[in-house]
Amino acid sequence: MNGFPYRGTWDKPATPPGRLGRIGEACGIAALVNLDGRPESGARIGKMIRTMVDRENGLGAGYAAYGLFPERADLYCLQMLFDDRGALERAREFLGKIFRLDADEEIPTHPVATLSGKAPICWRFFVAPPKEADGQEDDYVMTQVFRINAELAGAFVMSSGKDMAVFKGNGWSYEIFDFYGIGDYEAPLWLAHSRFPTNSPGWWGGAHPFNILGLSIIHNGEITSYGTNRRFVEMWGYRCMLLTDSEVIAYSLDLLLRQQRLPELVACAALAPPYHFLIDEMENGGARELLREIRVNYRPAMLNGPFSIAVATNYETPTLLGMTDRKKLRPLVAATSADGNTVFLSSEECAIAILGEDATEAWAPHAGKPVIAGVGRGLVRRGTEEYFQGLEIEFSNA
Amino acid sequence: MADIYHEIPPRFQVEIDREKCRLCERCTVNCTYDVHSFQGERIVARSENCVACQRCATMCPQGAISILPGKITFAPHYTYSDRIRRIIYEQASTGGVMLAGSGTDLPYRVIFDDLLLDAAQVTNPSIDPLRETVETVTYLGRKPDRMSVAEDDGKLIVSRGADYPNVELSTPIVVGHMSLGSISYNACLAILRAAKEVGTMVGTGEGGLHPDFYEYADVINSEVASGRFGIEPRYLKEIAAIEIKIGQGAKPGHGGHLPGEKVDAVISETRMIPKGTDALSPYPHHDIYSIEDLAQLIGALKEASRYRVPVGVKIAAVHNSAPIASGIARAGADFITLDGLRGGTGAAPRIIRDHAGIPVELAVAAVDRRLREEGIRHLVSIVAGGSIRYAADLVKVLALGADAAMVGQSALIAMGCRACQMCHLGNCSWGIATQRSDLTRRLDVDIAAQRLANVFHAWTEELREILGALGIDSVESLVGNRDRLRYVGPNPKVAEVLGVKHAGEPWSD
Repeated sequence: MNGFPYRGTWDKPATPPGRLGRIGEACGIAALVNLDGRPESGARIGKMIRTMVDRENGLGAGYAAYGLFPERADLYCLQMLFDDRGALERAREFLGKIFRLDADEEIPTHPVATLSGKAPICWRFFVAPPKEADGQEDDYVMTQVFRINAELAGAFVMSSGKDMAVFKGNGWSYEIFDFYGIGDYEAPLWLAHSRFPTNSPGWWGGAHPFNILGLSIIHNGEITSYGTNRRFVEMWGYRCMLLTDSEVIAYSLDLLLRQQRLPELVACAALAPPYHFLIDEMENGGARELLREIRVNYRPAMLNGPFSIAVATNYETPTLLGMTDRKKLRPLVAATSADGNTVFLSSEECAIAILGEDATEAWAPHAGKPVIAGVGRGLVRRGTEEYFQGLEIEFSNA
Repeated sequence: MADIYHEIPPRFQVEIDREKCRLCERCTVNCTYDVHSFQGERIVARSENCVACQRCATMCPQGAISILPGKITFAPHYTYSDRIRRIIYEQASTGGVMLAGSGTDLPYRVIFDDLLLDAAQVTNPSIDPLRETVETVTYLGRKPDRMSVAEDDGKLIVSRGADYPNVELSTPIVVGHMSLGSISYNACLAILRAAKEVGTMVGTGEGGLHPDFYEYADVINSEVASGRFGIEPRYLKEIAAIEIKIGQGAKPGHGGHLPGEKVDAVISETRMIPKGTDALSPYPHHDIYSIEDLAQLIGALKEASRYRVPVGVKIAAVHNSAPIASGIARAGADFITLDGLRGGTGAAPRIIRDHAGIPVELAVAAVDRRLREEGIRHLVSIVAGGSIRYAADLVKVLALGADAAMVGQSALIAMGCRACQMCHLGNCSWGIATQRSDLTRRLDVDIAAQRLANVFHAWTEELREILGALGIDSVESLVGNRDRLRYVGPNPKVAEVLGVKHAGEPWSD
């Protein structure tokens, strides 16, 4: 693989192979969630992503599955890539020191003749933080993941959440599908991503989804506010080491959703807020006031430039969230299945159409408005509602 | 002792075209530096008094007057330049501290000119501000660590902690502190009117606020300086923001200085001092000898203003600005104003004006970085001034980390100032930096206000054009976005301090 994996240090951010810097890209995104929690194989998500052939150029693809390890749902699953056996053994020793190792196993892979170069060793560890981290398990794991990716030569953590895993690499979406045998896994929530990087040879760690703890993101776009957003999340303890704008969106959402426990609608409004003049014109006084406060307080969190994203979280239950920038400069289509049990998101309607009668009603979410659907939660938002529609807003002064 | 004054070759040569001159004597009326006089049959120009304010040449109906570089040359000498020799001659004659107005005219490299902007191409579309919304609204003030919103059974419950007042500006440009005293009543009024029209904020300077100006209270940023001139309850209660002045870019370490000759009835009423007395501010605040003293003054002003407006602190950009700014943020300030080396003044010792402080570009970058490293950038907004000349500097200073830019000299130039740098003499022939009633009435308030508002509108429009080209549709996404700047200057160390990559290097940091 082209220089896999990159290495970084704490004082000097790592750059992808060839020091090519940050990656701008166009991409395909596809996602689905079964609202009743019924697991399904990766077949349909694979079909969705593979049909959008114009959106990739063979330089990276990936998948994420949620609700994947119900029998080990209390453990963090570190889904990792290694240069060689030596790196794997060093990592095993290191992980033993910082975590309680519950189990580990090789991630099943299958040789794909068309994949160029040497494939990495793929291994997953089920770990629990030590007792000292009680009450701050998530923060502990996050810190250790940053550390591993920065300091452990030849090792890279693809994902670090509970009951989920990311599978990604440098290749076409069908190659990565076959390499990991995505069709063999069963999960109620899937993300899939294919990539058209514009200035990078692609490398395994740089493919999507990007993950931090239980949050994974697939992203199509290029964030023009990257420098502002990056400095914002770094102020709150995140380390932007992959130098992609997708990474910075993942950290922004982790900060807002997990650390600050903001409702999804509030976090989405922080990332893609309505224009001031639209806020001024709003009739709902509570919503107007809340949006104004969000705009004032979260100025550096606002994502500028074109994007469409699909995000998966498992804070309480596997949840899928999709949205675009507030001008909708990148596409996003949503749909439900005929029985209403599955919600789909994708860059193009063809990815839903190819599922045939599996997907019927499709719609275009409005610019900057989120689609939210979760296992056991149903289709909470279609992305066509007014801001905070149907919610009563109450202000209390401490 | 008469001979102790040496004649020095004039800096400028005033020439009158005798063919064109009709002896109307308008120049003799307009000149405030005693250059032109009518001597029998002709106008005689005393070039040695000329400051190149251009008033006579502009007002001459015949276009008969030319102002040229002085014709008597000094023998060339790089080390003992004309400038140095003039200073020594002057001091040999007077034995005094040289005074100067405006900002330094020394050729310190303008780092803004070594920075180039990015533009969106292919992978991120640029935005056309004539067809799409591009926002410039800016909020100055402290922001909370986080918002607290809980979702519960169809309800969003927003729990507010302390209330942090913010000033809303329609555009990230504020006018710096030019007091009534340093500039005329008419000039102050014109600036206030322009700011009101545009929707931004104006500093009062140290001189208090004239009773007439309370009409514009919602655009006023009241300065509390070491002299405490003109401070009264409504000066702290009725306005938009309060700013403690610790230092000024043109004279770091110095206090304000208004000579008694300028303290007429209007100034006396505003500053609340007797007519004809010097208004000399102490160099430090005599109740601030360390950071905890500053915290107490910030607290006192917040109490006095009933926590209704943000309280900021202005410092001159100096070597240690970053740690100082950190202390100011922790002392409770809501915004910090950084005034750079090239910042202006009504009057300052020339030696300080020309040699103390650091360029604002470097100070902003250093302060922004330091506050982020300490995780307290949200506690303060950063306002940066000291040679924000035009929209390009505005955009660049925002990208380097400022929330808003502060202007002074450019605002005066918009109103007619020719930047002759003689503000300290109080004889401004354009009616701006003077209190002489025969001169102040030369400034038409309505026209000056409209000219200044035009400049702010033009800059805001240019800011939108640049944001659109960068693929950014709201100005907050430019603040601190150094990734969109590239350095083309000669000194890589400057780029390092700015946190900006060299031109030719792709995105990354």
